[in-house]
Amino acid sequence: MTPSRSEAARIGWVVLALAAAATLPWIGSSYYLALGVTIATFTVLATSWAIFSGPTHYISLATAAFYGVGTYTTGLLIETMPYWSILAIAGLIGAAGAALVGLATLRLSGVYFVIFTLGLAEFVRQVLTWVQNLTGQKGIYVLTQITEAQIYWQLVGLAALVWLAGWLIGRSRLGFALRIIGDDEEVARHSGIDTAMAKVLLFMIPGAAAAMTGAILAPRFVYIEPAVAFSPMLSFQVVIMALLGGTGRLWGPLVGVIPFTFLWEAISSSFPNQTTLLLGLTFLLIVYLLPRGFVGLFLDLRQHGGGTFRRAGA
Amino acid sequence: MTMHPTVLSLRGATKRFGGLVAVNALDFDVHENQVLGLIGPNGSGKSTTLNLISGALPATDGEIVLRDRDITRLPPQAIARLGVARTFQLVRLLPSMSVLENVMAGAVFGHRRRWGRAAETHARKMLDRVGMGRKLHLGIGQLTYIDTKRVELARALAGEPRVLLLDEWLAGLNPTELEEGVALIRSLRDDGRTIVLVEHVMDAIRSLCDTCVVMAQGTKIAEGTPEAVLSDREVIRAYLGDDDA
Repeated sequence: MTPSRSEAARIGWVVLALAAAATLPWIGSSYYLALGVTIATFTVLATSWAIFSGPTHYISLATAAFYGVGTYTTGLLIETMPYWSILAIAGLIGAAGAALVGLATLRLSGVYFVIFTLGLAEFVRQVLTWVQNLTGQKGIYVLTQITEAQIYWQLVGLAALVWLAGWLIGRSRLGFALRIIGDDEEVARHSGIDTAMAKVLLFMIPGAAAAMTGAILAPRFVYIEPAVAFSPMLSFQVVIMALLGGTGRLWGPLVGVIPFTFLWEAISSSFPNQTTLLLGLTFLLIVYLLPRGFVGLFLDLRQHGGGTFRRAGA
Repeated sequence: MTMHPTVLSLRGATKRFGGLVAVNALDFDVHENQVLGLIGPNGSGKSTTLNLISGALPATDGEIVLRDRDITRLPPQAIARLGVARTFQLVRLLPSMSVLENVMAGAVFGHRRRWGRAAETHARKMLDRVGMGRKLHLGIGQLTYIDTKRVELARALAGEPRVLLLDEWLAGLNPTELEEGVALIRSLRDDGRTIVLVEHVMDAIRSLCDTCVVMAQGTKIAEGTPEAVLSDREVIRAYLGDDDA
């Protein structure tokens, strides 16, 4: 199917916005560039997270696991492999790991899946720590010539890829299958949808995206160790941002990531010792006040304003 | 009766829930272009039997064959693709979607798969078929009870199944709706659909079914034309108790 005119216009705007975002390293100070890297990072993570968790309603806390694996992929291979191939390898490892985790757990109901994914990051971290203790190595140095601006551009490019993937899925049979699964899994199965397969395929997207994000960011850390690469806080931040924005639309997570990044900046600079407490409070407030995020708010406003309904169909 | 080829057959189909035998060594054949009624008192295992056929529940024992293909151990999605579609005892629609999209779900992923415009056209045709042609873009919440049933039926039809399973499709309708409902199912029968229906409404059973299988406590106690089984002494005893037989 070819895109309609309104879709073509929308694609045009997205491309323009991406181009505008790409100019940041030339116009902003290093402080804003650092903020830009954070926003781009969480845009990739939260958008890819929402592509899976939005329609399936499975809350994944595996982001840190895949992210950490990606970080270590760069750390271990940077001396021996060309940089671009490392990104591809990290993506493949992330996708394959997600497929394995998905096959093992997506038959489980939601709660077990949440716990399993949370445990996964911790498990990988403990294994790496154990291996490091055995070898007597503490961490890995990642020394490259890669600049902050290059990291930023790569992340913006990755975000564009994630959006593209999400857009294509939304127009595909897989996307339609996922909406049906999200509504009623029993109906989905009895209509002929292989629900387990659909979920596994979809889970590979956040897996690959998070691993590639970790791989891109590894040079920025310079020195990586398990506690940094597999921080569980990362998984929770991604969930909060995606829910703040809303998972009903592809642009949802982005509108959660931007305000949350600034809020987080303010919190962590003003209350460095209470960040976790305040993170928890924000989470409670978001779920209580904005159960469907900014997307839900936007859709409600538009509906009450007598706006047009989205056309039905694929 | 002319010979119609067998589409679906159950051989010794059994379902045990712990010590309870819900369906006990059930045998019957469903022939092409025929309507088979599965009847019996409450708790006799009719719905469980439908669930065994559609794969919603795995059979404990026995064999279920769809056109030479053993489907006993298959998951529901595989059975649906091979040509079994169903409605549910408590109507199950997709609440976030329009009427049209609900039916497209059947058209896109069912036995005969379509996509894009072809799926939409087919879904519209199915909605016309069940009398919902003018309510395509309504939300699920705006429908009357019988209309929700029509949409579910259209979704089941949309995949062009070889066998259609209707689980008390007529239950809960008021007298006017019931008349419309029976007429609709009869029109499907006239189209030559192969249907297995679980039903309590006796008038509907008499006017719709070619064959009836009567179950009591998980076991088949009679099989034959509606007139024959409904005058069978054992069937009357199962429904009404010993005193009235």
